[in-house]
Amino acid sequence: MTGTGPDPAFLAVRGVTKRFGGLVAVNDATLDVAEGSITGLIGPNGAGKTTLFAVVAGFEKPTAGLVLLEGEDITGRRPHELARMGLARTFQIVQPFAGLTVRENIAVGAFLREAKRPAALAVAEEVAMRVGLADQLDKPAAALTVAGRKRLEVARALATRPKLLLLDEVLAGLNPSEVRDIVPVVRAIRDSGVTVLMIEHVMQAVMNLCDRVHVLAQGRIIASGTPAEVVAAPEVVEAYLGHGAAARLKGGAHA
Amino acid sequence: MTARDLLPILAFAAVVALAPLLVSSNVVLNFLVFTMIIALAAQGWNLLGGYGGQYSFGHAAFFGTGAYLTAILQVRYGMNAYPAFAAGIGLAALVGLAIGFLAFRSGLRGSYFALVTLAFAEVFRVLANASEVTGGAAGILIRLRADPANFQFAERGTFLWVALALVTLALVATLMLERSRLGAQLVAVRENEAAAQALGVDVLSVKLRTIALSAGMTGAAGGLYAQYFLYLDANIAYGTWISVEALLAPIVGGAGTVFGPVLGAVILHGLAEATKSIAGSIPGIDLVVFGIVLILVVRYPPRDLPGLLRRRRRP
Repeated sequence: MTGTGPDPAFLAVRGVTKRFGGLVAVNDATLDVAEGSITGLIGPNGAGKTTLFAVVAGFEKPTAGLVLLEGEDITGRRPHELARMGLARTFQIVQPFAGLTVRENIAVGAFLREAKRPAALAVAEEVAMRVGLADQLDKPAAALTVAGRKRLEVARALATRPKLLLLDEVLAGLNPSEVRDIVPVVRAIRDSGVTVLMIEHVMQAVMNLCDRVHVLAQGRIIASGTPAEVVAAPEVVEAYLGHGAAARLKGGAHA
Repeated sequence: MTARDLLPILAFAAVVALAPLLVSSNVVLNFLVFTMIIALAAQGWNLLGGYGGQYSFGHAAFFGTGAYLTAILQVRYGMNAYPAFAAGIGLAALVGLAIGFLAFRSGLRGSYFALVTLAFAEVFRVLANASEVTGGAAGILIRLRADPANFQFAERGTFLWVALALVTLALVATLMLERSRLGAQLVAVRENEAAAQALGVDVLSVKLRTIALSAGMTGAAGGLYAQYFLYLDANIAYGTWISVEALLAPIVGGAGTVFGPVLGAVILHGLAEATKSIAGSIPGIDLVVFGIVLILVVRYPPRDLPGLLRRRRRP
């Protein structure tokens, strides 16, 4: 065990700081993700959520701090090694392999665990079914709608058979009915035994899906708790609406 | 991979293999042998450039290494041609690994990778021109001993069959790569490196394995060239002409496809020969044609010619 003794958390982020020159994108962030949970990471734009994701998934080395997966120190490991260990991520700005079909896109993920093409293609089909892309398998990825591309991001990540899935704003840019369609998909992923950590702005989905939520503002974790606790916390309201907003809202309610 | 997948390759091999039986013209057979050598070099480029998206401007480095080692081991060390040819392929692959390691480890991509490969090929050319073991500027001559045991053949038609067999092997290897895990990961790297990494693709390892295969294949073309023409100098072996041929053929014929390089080599050299026979002996007229073809292909990217034909049929 590293640091302060046994850590019960499945994923533990301990005092992670990431500086880009003079800019502190993530400042001493500590958070836990329990095994089998859907945990949310919310915060205003520019709070450092995606940077924190990049650190956890190995795309950025933290300036300070540790990331532990099932108690093992994974800080600074490269993305493909982490993927092999069972950590998968999606990208906020979708990154399809545009020249390939949906099937081939998902198969790239499946090839992580399958050496042979027929097996990888079979996994791709099965995963496409789970995320609702089964009827688009032979379409070029470039021809998908925004919602389709978001599903593709999830499908490719799932095809690597992760233990922990990091979803970076998979609901952003979707209309309300598309959001309603994807929410059960995320829940089904968790129910199949994959722990989910999601960055999300769509509060309806966060309230619906997440067991716990961490709030990041200006690089710091300012609140953690159940979704209901977190949205009621004054520091969270102020992070979104500005200094004094919580008091004013409260005052307004009294008047 | 099924027998049906191999059918187009076998059909192609059968058609070309008939040529020596139907024509006895040395001009035609020469043209075909040369086209096969270019197709093989281009197929090597296609693995790295077409499937992997890493555009090398310096495949001469591998072509020349394969050619020179094949020649040097025979001329200077009295080795038999076949092991010399195999050693040439091996050294070309190693040179590919070394250049790849230096370039890819530091994350060079796109035009930077192209420039580094070009620079390596030029350095090799200058060194080969100055060095003693390569015969310097005078070049190196493989003694003519037309005997199949020496990888030399009295009949051009026989050499065509040998070259064709190697091209066919390269086509099958490319098809196998296309269907393999490495192939899928390679295309993923071409399309989007970050996304490939996130899906567990070890980008550096994929690129290194590919550049070794690519360099070995182009090195085989070099060895074949040495055995056919029995003469090399630095401007032939490491000259920019072969770097350009190796990348132009796949781009014209369809980069990242199994048949693209062969198709491109046939089209380019067919055009070049046709122009030469029409325009006569204006020096460099074939290069003018290459230039025009390149401009057309860049301006109107057909992706591959089959694609273009399909589009024409169904507007």
